[in-house]
Amino acid sequence: MEFRTYSSPHLPVSESVPVMMQRVLLALIPGITCSIWIFGWGILINILLAAVTAIVAEAGMLMLRRRPLKPVLLDGSALLTGVLLALAIPPLTPWWIPVIGSLFAIVIAKQLYGGLGYNPFNPAMAGYVVLLVSFPLELTLWSPAGESLALRDTLALVFSGELPTGQTWDALTMATPLDLIKTRLGLSETLTEIRGGPLFGSFAGAGWEWINFWFLLGGLWLLQQKVIQWQIPVGMLGGLFVIALVFYAINPDIYSSPLFHLFSGAAMLGAFFIATDPVSASTTPRGRIYYAVGIGLLTYIIRTWGGYPEGISFAVLLMNMAAPTIDYYTRPRVYGHDGAP
Amino acid sequence: MPESAGNRRTPLTFDRLYRFHGGLKMAGHREITGDSPVAGAGIPPLLVLPLLQHIGEPADCLVKAGDYVYKGQPVARPVGKVSAPIHASSSGIVIAVEPRPVPHPSGLPAMCVVVATDGKDQWQEPGKAGLDYTSTDPAVLCSHIRQAGIVGLGGAGFPTPVKLTGARSKVDLLLLNGAECEPYIACDNRLLQERADEVIGGARILQRIVATDSCIIAIENHMARAGQALEAALDKSNATGIRVVRVPAIYPTGGERQLIKVLTNREVPSQGLPVDVGIICQNVGTAAAVYNSVVRNRPLLSRIVTVTGLGIASPGNLEALIGTPVSHLVKACGGYTSNVERLLIGGPMMGYAVTTDSVPVIKTTNCILAVTHEEMPPPPPELACIRCGKCTEVCPADLLPQQLYLYARSSNHDAVQDYDLFDCIECGCCAYVCPSHIPLVQYYRHAKTEIWSQEKQKKASDIARQRHEARLARQERIKQERAERQASKKQVLSEDTGKDAKKAAIEAALERVKQKKAQADIAPKNIDNLTPAQQELIDAADKRRQEKSSN
Repeated sequence: MEFRTYSSPHLPVSESVPVMMQRVLLALIPGITCSIWIFGWGILINILLAAVTAIVAEAGMLMLRRRPLKPVLLDGSALLTGVLLALAIPPLTPWWIPVIGSLFAIVIAKQLYGGLGYNPFNPAMAGYVVLLVSFPLELTLWSPAGESLALRDTLALVFSGELPTGQTWDALTMATPLDLIKTRLGLSETLTEIRGGPLFGSFAGAGWEWINFWFLLGGLWLLQQKVIQWQIPVGMLGGLFVIALVFYAINPDIYSSPLFHLFSGAAMLGAFFIATDPVSASTTPRGRIYYAVGIGLLTYIIRTWGGYPEGISFAVLLMNMAAPTIDYYTRPRVYGHDGAP
Repeated sequence: MPESAGNRRTPLTFDRLYRFHGGLKMAGHREITGDSPVAGAGIPPLLVLPLLQHIGEPADCLVKAGDYVYKGQPVARPVGKVSAPIHASSSGIVIAVEPRPVPHPSGLPAMCVVVATDGKDQWQEPGKAGLDYTSTDPAVLCSHIRQAGIVGLGGAGFPTPVKLTGARSKVDLLLLNGAECEPYIACDNRLLQERADEVIGGARILQRIVATDSCIIAIENHMARAGQALEAALDKSNATGIRVVRVPAIYPTGGERQLIKVLTNREVPSQGLPVDVGIICQNVGTAAAVYNSVVRNRPLLSRIVTVTGLGIASPGNLEALIGTPVSHLVKACGGYTSNVERLLIGGPMMGYAVTTDSVPVIKTTNCILAVTHEEMPPPPPELACIRCGKCTEVCPADLLPQQLYLYARSSNHDAVQDYDLFDCIECGCCAYVCPSHIPLVQYYRHAKTEIWSQEKQKKASDIARQRHEARLARQERIKQERAERQASKKQVLSEDTGKDAKKAAIEAALERVKQKKAQADIAPKNIDNLTPAQQELIDAADKRRQEKSSN
């Protein structure tokens, strides 16, 4: 009898990319639910728009590139990119914002570089940054936490730009806490004065602190499931925390507390779900720490002194550029070799 | 302080164990065979004895078809230093010396001595006494072991005496490896449980040969009964310096380099050998074989083989004669189950698949694994590497498998070597955890083979270039010498006889040339037996030549 032959190892594989991506999506659910709770249906509409666009764009590009569709679409990476991008976009933005962002993320940032595994930049963040520099106004359309519109009003606003009767843009939208701090500090107010406002919760932005909390929980589950490794979340949050602590200790009137930074904006989403994108991140264990600390520091720098209220997207893309160099200089010492390479 | 291979000879304290990087905790699957005693597999009707069952030169065949061979009679002798003899493992008639399928990853047939057994199991000189190892000279012991054809039984098959000779007085630790780390395999476990005294005896012989008292027998911590048996045997014997150490069951802790790290915190240097850090490592089965050869004067004729997997009706451990076809062992274990699909030689991590069960058990065969589709389904399709780094986490050599894959795939041989491809031990941990199901080990093997063959080619072309350069130099030298000779002749001519003589010489030379030419013209060759067509062609050519010269 003729037996079948394969290369070793022969034991059945223990992991798979689709399963990893599914777990990441699953871990996002608490944070997404909380975001919808706080910012309304607009978040869900963004997610659907971005996700559908991402999958269609991926399929179209694969066909153009004459690659098999099924295994790639089933790996879930395009869906994840769409969802992550959508989570960075404000709820009342017009429908074409998530669509354009998602198209750029998949077509330019991912497929033109060769698809999954070959993209040097985090596709979701590349898509977001393109939106941020091209359509700055549309990316400020955040509603005040907890005061979301009804589904029908949201749909009308998103798809045709129709405001609900008797409403104005000014009444519907509100600056994010990070944004507010930036502008008001510019007017020489102190943090104590700024944080007295209704936008702020117990230690960070109202609503935002909860969203971050749920993303943190989802992220911890990913760690426990060994889908991600500790180096990137710990490095990024640690970097952000330490630099925030230093400046907070110097002058708490103009520098926000480390806790505020950890629970504001996309800090937890970034640390557990965005910076951990393995393809564009550093890949050596030691390199990942440097990479993530770099993101934490850059995030703080951009938030505090840069032109944008939130800096995670730029920080991630900048460190993406540095990843190959970091990898080169952080190779582990191989068994039986002298010293560090 | 960074651990470095520089602290090569950290003192041996044995007060704690160390960790190697990465590795995997795996389901053992040993429950199938760990408790089943070693049974005899009997004498198969046919023995197939490959001439190469070890690392090194194939042995040189001593018999021919039709010869009668006794049990224990050498049928092939070692060639060169790194080689081992092959013995007939039972008596019978040699029916062929020919290429046959052998257990090798390449699947290529190789030269084998095929013996049709007569069932008498007859020794040529039965009952020949062994040696008293406490008083025999180590060199004599070593040559005895060489004649017994003993090679490493753990898997690599390096000739044991070569290792021993190289290690004598250079080591401070003899390490007997009983840490069977691959799932399914239980042959060493059973050996230790049933023949601990032979292993201890072998250890004492090896201690004497390499001249060190310090000896560790390493087992995995789940091998409780093996440990008890060893300790009981130690108590009974008057051996000194031997201790049993239990190591955590983390694959591949049974790898020589990993085991040395765990026990001593020493690291075998890259491309080096354990002896470089003062250690000699032998499999426990090898120690038992040494004991049997020295004390009982038996060459290596059989070994314990685990026959297991869901594809085997009643799995077990068998004492198999070297050369027994796998099919015979499977029959002894109740045959295959109906849904068997893959046949592996060795464990499921580092073993290789063979297409046929006609391959024989050789000295290094520790496990025969017949698996079903459900047990080990075919690998799922390969996806793109997402650089998740799971492979890096588990690599026991602390390599970056994802970078090696990248460079191996693009045939970037410089980069792949820069990332230390040749420190890869092919344990398969990386491929096992790869979520993209990339057959990483296959890529590395391919890259290694490519680099080796390129180096071979380079060597060959280097030799060719050297030859060519030598030839050019020689031609140049000859030319120069001739020029010198002519110059000196010229000088002689011009000095001695002046212009007339020179002219005469030139004329004489011209005359000679003319004569030669004329001779060539009038003496055409090969004109016998011409066909008319050829004659016609010749005539036409002659005509043209005439026309040309008249023009």
